[in-house]
Amino acid sequence: MAENAKLTKSEQIVVKFAGDSGDGMQLIGNQLTALAALDGNDVNSLPDYPSEIRAPSGTIAGVSGFQMCLGDHKIYTAGDHPDVLVAFNPAAVKHSSKDVKPGGMIITNSDSFTEKALEKVGYEGNPLEDGTLKGYDVKAIPMFTLVREALADMDMPNAAKDRCKNFFTMGVLCWLFNKEQQLVLDFIDEKFGAKAKKPLAQVAEANTRAFKAGLNYGETTIMFQERFDLGAAQIEKGLYRNITGNDASALAIAAAGYKSGLQPFIGSYPITPATDLLHYASEFKDLGLVTMQMEDEIAGICTAVGAACAGNLAFTTTSGPGLALKTEAAGMALILEVPLVIVNVQRGGPCTGLPTKTEQSDLLQAMFGRNGDSYMPIIAALSPADCFDATYQGAKIALKYRTPVIVLTDGYIGQGSCPWKVPTMDELEDLTPYVNFWKPEDHPGETYQPYKRDPETLARDWAIPGTKGVQHRIGTLEKDALTGAVSHDPMNHQIMTETRKAKVDNLAAVLPEAEINGAESGKVLVISWGGTFGAVKGAVDRLIEEGKSVSGINLRWVWPFPPNLGDLISRFDKILVPELNMGQLSVLLRAKFLVDVQSLSKVQGDPFREYEVIDKVNEMLGE
Amino acid sequence: MADTQLNKKDFASDAEVKWCPGCGDFAIMNAVRSGMVAAGKPRDEVAIVSGIGCSSRFPYYMETYGFHTIHGRAAAVASGVKVANPKLDVWVVSGDGDSTAIGGNHFIHAIRRNINLNYVMINNKIYGLTKGQYSPTSEMGQYSKTSPYGVIDYPMIPLVAAMGVGATFIARGLDSIMKLSTEICERGAKHHGFSMMEIYANCVIYNDGAHKALSSKEEGPNNRIIVRHGEKMIFGTEDQFCLVQDGFGIKKATVADVAEGDILVHDEKDADMATVLAGMRPDADLPLALGIIYADDSKKTYDDMVYEQIDCVKSKLGRTMDQLLQEGHTWNV
Repeated sequence: MAENAKLTKSEQIVVKFAGDSGDGMQLIGNQLTALAALDGNDVNSLPDYPSEIRAPSGTIAGVSGFQMCLGDHKIYTAGDHPDVLVAFNPAAVKHSSKDVKPGGMIITNSDSFTEKALEKVGYEGNPLEDGTLKGYDVKAIPMFTLVREALADMDMPNAAKDRCKNFFTMGVLCWLFNKEQQLVLDFIDEKFGAKAKKPLAQVAEANTRAFKAGLNYGETTIMFQERFDLGAAQIEKGLYRNITGNDASALAIAAAGYKSGLQPFIGSYPITPATDLLHYASEFKDLGLVTMQMEDEIAGICTAVGAACAGNLAFTTTSGPGLALKTEAAGMALILEVPLVIVNVQRGGPCTGLPTKTEQSDLLQAMFGRNGDSYMPIIAALSPADCFDATYQGAKIALKYRTPVIVLTDGYIGQGSCPWKVPTMDELEDLTPYVNFWKPEDHPGETYQPYKRDPETLARDWAIPGTKGVQHRIGTLEKDALTGAVSHDPMNHQIMTETRKAKVDNLAAVLPEAEINGAESGKVLVISWGGTFGAVKGAVDRLIEEGKSVSGINLRWVWPFPPNLGDLISRFDKILVPELNMGQLSVLLRAKFLVDVQSLSKVQGDPFREYEVIDKVNEMLGE
Repeated sequence: MADTQLNKKDFASDAEVKWCPGCGDFAIMNAVRSGMVAAGKPRDEVAIVSGIGCSSRFPYYMETYGFHTIHGRAAAVASGVKVANPKLDVWVVSGDGDSTAIGGNHFIHAIRRNINLNYVMINNKIYGLTKGQYSPTSEMGQYSKTSPYGVIDYPMIPLVAAMGVGATFIARGLDSIMKLSTEICERGAKHHGFSMMEIYANCVIYNDGAHKALSSKEEGPNNRIIVRHGEKMIFGTEDQFCLVQDGFGIKKATVADVAEGDILVHDEKDADMATVLAGMRPDADLPLALGIIYADDSKKTYDDMVYEQIDCVKSKLGRTMDQLLQEGHTWNV
């Protein structure tokens, strides 16, 4: 019957999974992401979960979500409104159904709609029956019943059988989105089969059966009248893997170590949402990456500074409150003028704030969160995959200029995933020219002066402990501009302060120019940075298609600004900066260019949707 | 001159030493230089790390690599230096405020990890650089600028805390007993593991005479005991006192009153005994223990294990960078 289900060509589909946290929402989301990516779609995803490990089950507070957008073209965000919501219980329906597109599909497990469960979330009747979900295409599937039937002859407790509902659902979706079933079967085999780290034969068998039951369910019931077919996206040729921003940063750290010839070193402390980076990097011992999980955030950065002083390529990884704790030691790296990369995966603040929710509110902290005049370059990653390049570039600039660099990512891109074109090590820029340790044999007849500088980069001559015959002392007191000896001379302090600032300012001259998306002049210029790139890019593309006088710019280096930014800004009537904060980049742009930047601020723990940017631009255009 | 024939003067930099005349730190600097000689490394393979405080000016006076860092964090910075390059002989010089107040966390955990650092904590029981406030090792009732009516914080005993987190070497010295400080620094330098060396120092300006009961010719020997491995624990101006077992603890006795076999013999590998010895205080009618109280290098160091683990994972997994980048589900477009 269902063979009659119409196969509709789609350009993109937005899917959201919602269910109890701890019920595998992130896992199933990542599986569908991988499945779509393997099938050639472009994908962008957004996990969304509560900060409690196991919030009370069946409650709205305990709902964990995972949204993704799959497309046959370049996809920049996890999408605005879901076309398909998979809601595993009444709490998830209540929590997420309002976001679904009018007429959109809601797939749910009708077995979970018990009286008790309904009562827990304040439903008076059953929303599957009483018209609450009118206007949506509701597919109520008795998942527990069907899975238990499929596994009837298996000797497992019902609770374990019920857990197979996720793979049953994958079966339904695999059919619904016309995906290759073998990819999922391979995945189950890799995860639980004989080759897995911990083979679990029964689990493999049960999930395989549940998955096939789901496929058959889609095919043989008359419930679905329509299937979606997404073509492969036109993306650059090459080898791809799906990656989260945090994993990409971890790989970049190992790669930068390798390409600089230095031992990579991470001094860190666990903090949400940056912890995954440390988890993954801790697995790279065979690549010689040293990770030290220290007693606190301060020790994390301090060991990194120590490792940098000893000539390792040093990193520390953190999130907002952790960055606050690291401020004094970041200043130490700055005054010692040693390379250090601080990767900050931003989260909702202030203070503990919203640990599991995204925000971009550490920009001014990154800029000014240290005592004294203490500027350091700031680079912002614009997508999960871009975390690799941003972290790698951060390491390059840190080495080349002997400065701490802050890499800003955020919970959205750190934990979200997208396909990543895997570079080969040969393709990556060689970092050895920037290491350039001072050695007596390269400078015959010269006396080593720790604060003598390269005239172009202002990077100081750097000799590490173990270098023959040039033992010297440096410290966090102000130093003589040449010898590095302690100096309280007023003019020396003026010179050193100006030099440290100039070092960062001069970087602007060698940064790539900001690229403009759209015409080089017009009515509205929308400036994005970091994680807002996707929503702004998508919104500006659509507005340009509609013939609006709108252009976009993304700032990769947030400090210093690219050299042509002031000129570009001056060519537009109005400037809009959408930010997941109260207007922090706007503050910097206004101060630097004396321009009336309009801020579109959102602090709801959730990234921008394209329509929010479009609505604001239309308002500015008077439309 | 070959670096192998260095003497302690070779470890003196040409920077002018800016401690107050009469400061206990001078004598300790001398002892540390002796320790560096004993370690046997050339000067360009030695790094000394300090935090903030009077003692933390130390690196500037040493002809080695030196890093004067931030308050309380020297142990963490030095941990990074040592793990990044284990070939270096790494020293930390810190004070009682730097180590046990603002830096208490790092101090405790560096000991717990048994990182192979030589850690000298100069204890003058006062904040000197900020001009005279009480510290976590100040005595109850001590007057200072922030305790004008007397300290009401109970003091910390750093060496007992060190034993509590699994120290592998603890020693205590006194600035006025130069020979002992030198002996401690030499042994500490050679100890493979975290060497916790507490040296009591006199602050002539803000806490003068704080250790007088220990250092005076008349009373000092009655209030302190210098322990030596394998030797009977006897002390006093006339060697008239000794230590004997008292239940699970120790008590002071008069030599003449006890059988010779009852006098305790110091065993530097006995951790339980070391914890008791480290906690002895004259106000509890027990002498303050000086010397090498505990030394056991059977425990692996953190820095050794870091590289053992790397080698082990290399031999098991041994991925190339390209293999790592291409891990997991990949597909070709």
